[in-house]
Amino acid sequence: MIIAFIQRAIVQGIPLLFGSTGEILTEKSGNLNLGTAGVMYVGGISGVIGAFLYESSVETVNPVLAVLIPILACILGSLLMGLIYSFLTVTLRANQNVTGLALTTFGVGVGNFFGGSLIKLTDSDLPSITLTQTSNCFKTTIPFADKLGWFGDIFLTYSFLAYVAIAVALAVSFWFNRTRSGLSLRAVGENPATADAAGISVSKYKYLSTCVGSIIAGFGGLYYVMDYACGIWSNDAFGDRGWLAIALVIFAIWRPNMSIIGSIVFGGLLIVHNYIPGLSFSGQELFKMAPYVVTILVLIVISMRQKRENQPPASLGLSYFREER
Amino acid sequence: MGAQAAIELKNITKTFGSVVANKNVSLTVNRGEILSILGENGSGKTTLMNMISGIYFPDHGHILIDGKEVVIRSPRDAFEYKIGMIHQHFKLVDVFSAAENIVLGLEEKGKFNVKKSAEKIRRISEQYGFELDPKKKIYEMSVSEKQTVEIIKVLYRGADILILDEPTAVLTPQETQKLFAILRRMRDDGKAIIIITHKLQEVLALSNRVAVLRKGEYIGTVNTAETTELQLTEMMVGQKVDLNIGRSEPKDPQDRLEVKNISCINRDGVKLLDDISFTVRSGEILGIAGIAGSGQRELLESIAGLQHLNQGEILYHNPKTGKTDNLRDKTPIQIRDMGVRLSFVPEDRLGMGLVGNMDIVDNMMLRSYRKGKTAFLERKKPKDLAKKIIEELNVVTPDANTPVRRLSGGNVQKVLVGREIAASPTVLMVAYPVRGLDINSSYLIYNLLNEQKENGVAVIFVGEDLDVLVELCDRIMVVSSGRISGTVDARNTTKEEIGFLMTKNNGGDGNE
Repeated sequence: MIIAFIQRAIVQGIPLLFGSTGEILTEKSGNLNLGTAGVMYVGGISGVIGAFLYESSVETVNPVLAVLIPILACILGSLLMGLIYSFLTVTLRANQNVTGLALTTFGVGVGNFFGGSLIKLTDSDLPSITLTQTSNCFKTTIPFADKLGWFGDIFLTYSFLAYVAIAVALAVSFWFNRTRSGLSLRAVGENPATADAAGISVSKYKYLSTCVGSIIAGFGGLYYVMDYACGIWSNDAFGDRGWLAIALVIFAIWRPNMSIIGSIVFGGLLIVHNYIPGLSFSGQELFKMAPYVVTILVLIVISMRQKRENQPPASLGLSYFREER
Repeated sequence: MGAQAAIELKNITKTFGSVVANKNVSLTVNRGEILSILGENGSGKTTLMNMISGIYFPDHGHILIDGKEVVIRSPRDAFEYKIGMIHQHFKLVDVFSAAENIVLGLEEKGKFNVKKSAEKIRRISEQYGFELDPKKKIYEMSVSEKQTVEIIKVLYRGADILILDEPTAVLTPQETQKLFAILRRMRDDGKAIIIITHKLQEVLALSNRVAVLRKGEYIGTVNTAETTELQLTEMMVGQKVDLNIGRSEPKDPQDRLEVKNISCINRDGVKLLDDISFTVRSGEILGIAGIAGSGQRELLESIAGLQHLNQGEILYHNPKTGKTDNLRDKTPIQIRDMGVRLSFVPEDRLGMGLVGNMDIVDNMMLRSYRKGKTAFLERKKPKDLAKKIIEELNVVTPDANTPVRRLSGGNVQKVLVGREIAASPTVLMVAYPVRGLDINSSYLIYNLLNEQKENGVAVIFVGEDLDVLVELCDRIMVVSSGRISGTVDARNTTKEEIGFLMTKNNGGDGNE
């Protein structure tokens, strides 16, 4: 049962890991993108649209195309969201909080609109779209995984996107700390004036990290539909995972490698109520608050310890003007 | 001469709008020498250097490096010509280590390797005698260590023309000595060094030659060995200019405000105010002169109840009740409730004085809204007051409901001064009230201050233009590094005397 719990926790955690890695990348450039929830939602529905169009246009699906098309659609959709955000906040210097919140509302609206339209097209009795074929392609696992006992069960039974999530988190972490451009990006988020004086293009870094961050976050939505939900899209089923991803950024104190562990912890906290016998309905709801409570505790602890490395990027949420006298 | 010119400036002119910051400045810096650029606040020293380092672009004139004419359009260009400027305000990322800050933005060949950079930093440190741990984070550093990082940053990039903008302003005397030793070593290494300062002793101790600027104009260059403090002061302050500001004799002056031994220490342990005592009398204008940042702001703010003091007291003699109150560590509201009619025109007009997004009427109300008796705001009186100020002070504005931030600097100042005077104060404090104002507005403000003085108000005037201070004030107190370096009678003083007091270092151990 413990093995099953860990497996479920990881599966729950992967969308959050994508979301938080993308958001960390964005926030390190000083852009606080509260639109992550919307970006992930759009990433999910874009993948669904791509898969739906492909599935309905062919008799039997080609597994490679069935994976590639939704991925491309997802990249396109979330990139667009990232571009909207960057254009508004970097070029037009709009307020980041307002823009982010608007983007969340917008993203969820777009998702529900297309989701609803597709459901109408299928003439289905249920309020959902089922893309089993695509989902099966996404869920292909390593064939010999179940022959390796508990080790295989815990580490090898996931679909490829889960490993991509972890690889991306590790790569971003490495990039931050071990490369020249990673250093430049962190400088932009900490002190854009200094970065500017050092000849670093602040706008370029902000745009790039926000757009790439959005794409990564969009994958969270894609993983959720194709993998976690077995290819079944229904409106608003995604829930508040976008906000959980943002909470996870804080929990991981802006470190993608920490957010790998954090995502599993969050995933576990999300489902732990299923494993406690005799919980009433209200008790279950109480347990669902656990990730947020933990995040608040982490915030309290890092504020009390006041270690400068654990603080958010110093210019997070601020637009940069090159001062001119 | 035989010396090789590193940089030559020819007839450089720079204007900002109608303000001339530099006018026909020509000067030369040789390799292997330290040139000091000396001048009062606003004499255009920093502007001139910013043109060499690529922050501003000159309107006229030429810059020659090693005899060849160059165009410097950005800090990057300046770096190409091996010019490095160390600004007064450091540009460093707090959570990065020294090494990370130094290599930031550099495009070196090969793999990114902090260790290798740290090695190079150590070599530079050893060569010139810096003490720096490349792994130390900036937020753990003292001001002098941060400055070291900035200097190494430009050396790391291969700069051989170094410009330091008031490098000693934030250093203790010991740190200053260390810095000077390093600068001398760099000079002997063949680098050209320009140092902006207004401390005469440092100029004499360090530089080979001194170039003097006054009000944007180049006055001349002298060899340090052949000059005296007196000559430099004269060059710096110039001939006396007659401004014809009317000044009446103080009538029946009485002690109004007594400041006794106040001291104030900031978070870094630096003394911003050091044992300051003086008296302000009614019917008199007390001028406060000093290099910017010598403690003027803290002094006014501690009287206004905005600055926590570590020591001393501020006594107010109430002319109505005849009582004496201590204002130390009281909030502005407590001070007002004690019946002290104190008006304060801070130097930061739109930050501390007025709310930029609110209109003139609302800004008037900021001072009076507590007087209302009902829960609703009373708008009639502030509106009348706003109209009165607009009319009497010729404030140029479409109407009283225009947001203050849309007015020009001079009109903003008129609104602020008008409001503060309308409160009929017994003590009026003004900081740099004519900064950025044209001649007519300036005279209007001087007349207003004189009027207040004749009405028996005790006026404290913090100013930067010595000509104005000498003609407007009755007494002038000079501050330097948070201490009083002298108080003079404005009627019998010279600009040289004040200039000398301003640059006096007070024995030099202000940090202990």
